[in-house]
Amino acid sequence: MEVQMELESSRLVGMYRTMLTIRRFEERVSREFIEGNVPGYVHLYIGEEAVATGVCSNLQLSDRIVSHHRGHGHCIAKGADIKRMMAEIYGKKTGYCKGKGGSMHIADFSIGMLGANGIVGAGLPIAVGAATAARLEGNNQVVAVFFGDGGCHEGEFHESMNLASIWEIPLIFVCENNFYAVNTPSSYAIAIDEIYKRAEAYSMPGMAVDGNDVVAVYKAAEELVERAREGKGPALLECRTYRWHGHFEAKPGFGIPDTRPAEEIEAWKKKCPVAAMERRLLEAGILTEQDIKQIDNQVIAQIDDAVKYAVESPLAAPEDALEDVYASESTVTGGTA
Amino acid sequence: MREITYAQAAQEAIIEEFRRDEKTVHMSAELPGGLRREFGEDRIRVTPVSESAFAGAAIGLAGSGFRPVAEINLATFGFVAMDQLVNQAAKITYMFGGQAKFPILYRMRNGLGASAAAQHSTNSYSMFMNVPGLKIILPSTPYDVKGLLKTAIRDDNPVISFEHMALGGMKGEVPEEEYTIPFGVADIKRKGNDVTVVALSKMVPEVLGIAEELESEGISLEVIDPRTLVPMDRDTIRNSVARTGRLIAVDEACQTCGAAAEILSLVTEDNATFSRLKAPLKRVCGLDIPVPFSPPMEKFAVPDREKIIAAVKEVMAYPSR
Repeated sequence: MEVQMELESSRLVGMYRTMLTIRRFEERVSREFIEGNVPGYVHLYIGEEAVATGVCSNLQLSDRIVSHHRGHGHCIAKGADIKRMMAEIYGKKTGYCKGKGGSMHIADFSIGMLGANGIVGAGLPIAVGAATAARLEGNNQVVAVFFGDGGCHEGEFHESMNLASIWEIPLIFVCENNFYAVNTPSSYAIAIDEIYKRAEAYSMPGMAVDGNDVVAVYKAAEELVERAREGKGPALLECRTYRWHGHFEAKPGFGIPDTRPAEEIEAWKKKCPVAAMERRLLEAGILTEQDIKQIDNQVIAQIDDAVKYAVESPLAAPEDALEDVYASESTVTGGTA
Repeated sequence: MREITYAQAAQEAIIEEFRRDEKTVHMSAELPGGLRREFGEDRIRVTPVSESAFAGAAIGLAGSGFRPVAEINLATFGFVAMDQLVNQAAKITYMFGGQAKFPILYRMRNGLGASAAAQHSTNSYSMFMNVPGLKIILPSTPYDVKGLLKTAIRDDNPVISFEHMALGGMKGEVPEEEYTIPFGVADIKRKGNDVTVVALSKMVPEVLGIAEELESEGISLEVIDPRTLVPMDRDTIRNSVARTGRLIAVDEACQTCGAAAEILSLVTEDNATFSRLKAPLKRVCGLDIPVPFSPPMEKFAVPDREKIIAAVKEVMAYPSR
């Protein structure tokens, strides 16, 4: 309770709304996927909402993030338009990427969302470049890069941590430790007991927080973001959380069977980050049951609108596939300058 | 006109473009000569031996308004950064629906001939030709390397420049005045009438030397250097072959699925050019083996004077229709 009171009520309610938006968005995507309305693959963020929300609530519009394959939550937390997100997930021309990327590749450079990524760990070096740019510009912007415990196995994680450290760039490495890379437990796959300790090897601060506690994530990120903004360099923030759904959505009998223990999944569902925040807001008297119902109705209505927009939007024409292979007007025609 | 080396010409390109555009940033695992004093530590950045990290950092910089030049050094090291080059740099303009551009120049040294063995010798450009979203330049002269690198830095897309390790000391005419060379415009290095020879990289000077010899035997070679593999100047090649009726592609790279195969295809699939052919098309390429270390074996692996001349004689001897 004490912790909450240090933050303004409006901030707490804002974070609650963001988490709830992510939750409802993902629930809807899941439903639409199972019903066959969404092509391809979708990797849902349900259960991990507090991480994206707590981190991004510390960021300005001009700050930037780099995401991974489970990126819807990061987009929403950074302020993306859920209509254009949903349209992209549906493969529509009005989507963020005109239907060329889909769920795993949503980006919105205008709000500093530099893209989700289908390759584990691949966003890390890109984030190093973005944070290097901020440092070169001297503009006090920071970059946050999200990756999972699985991403920590990639060489690019280590290369990026090292490079960020020696270049002292304003980059927050946010490890969303959901304890599994698909079905492989991190307790098996990672040689050390706690991921955040890897920060020490790269001479940067490392912290671990309860990734289901949005206030704890917010406060930890706040410290690290401010530090980076002051030019004191990168940091690693390990947020321990859990993914409720399988690695990706699948119709019954398809996909990769979820082999995680059922009782473990149930135990984590009891630690739901959205419900926990809801309880805190009620107990602190910041919101009433009625307020919460109202927020939920608003969020659901927004998502209904987003789905309607996506459904009613046109599919891209087949030949639209030929556009955007190269940046427009890119080829220098040459000749004497 | 003054003469400078290929390496000097390349360096001039970098310096001129770094003066022209302060958003240019250089990254390499070794401090490059002659740049830091003028452009400073921020823009001339030394990296650890972390090819993936700095190939990827180039993408992040480019997506943030900078124009990075990432010097990978040997092209074989490029394989270490393959995900960043192929899955990221090449694809994300497209995957993000064109909302961002990624102007990056990746420089790599290709080629054989230094007894560096297979992990330090490669001509990997055809692998990247198979990756839409990249542009690929393959300069063979001091003039070309300067003009093409300048264009590459100004281009809004990821460009890979393959600069043959044996060409660095090659001298050639390079004007003092500013110039750039457009992508997708082949250079006819030598006019001729009997056989069109499309040569790549170090094979260009090789073939030009042979062309002089064959002239004295009454065989006239037209030597074309595409200069950029992506985009490829199809018209110049087709027009030449339509006139000579014969085509040989000479490439130091392995033959299978190589640039030479692509060059032959763009002729054979074109009805107008195909109808003018007088002889089967030939490739003279590197052998499909990992590059051997020992000089006699390494020399055996690449196209040489004898193999090229034999191919020319063969197409000239083919019965005319």
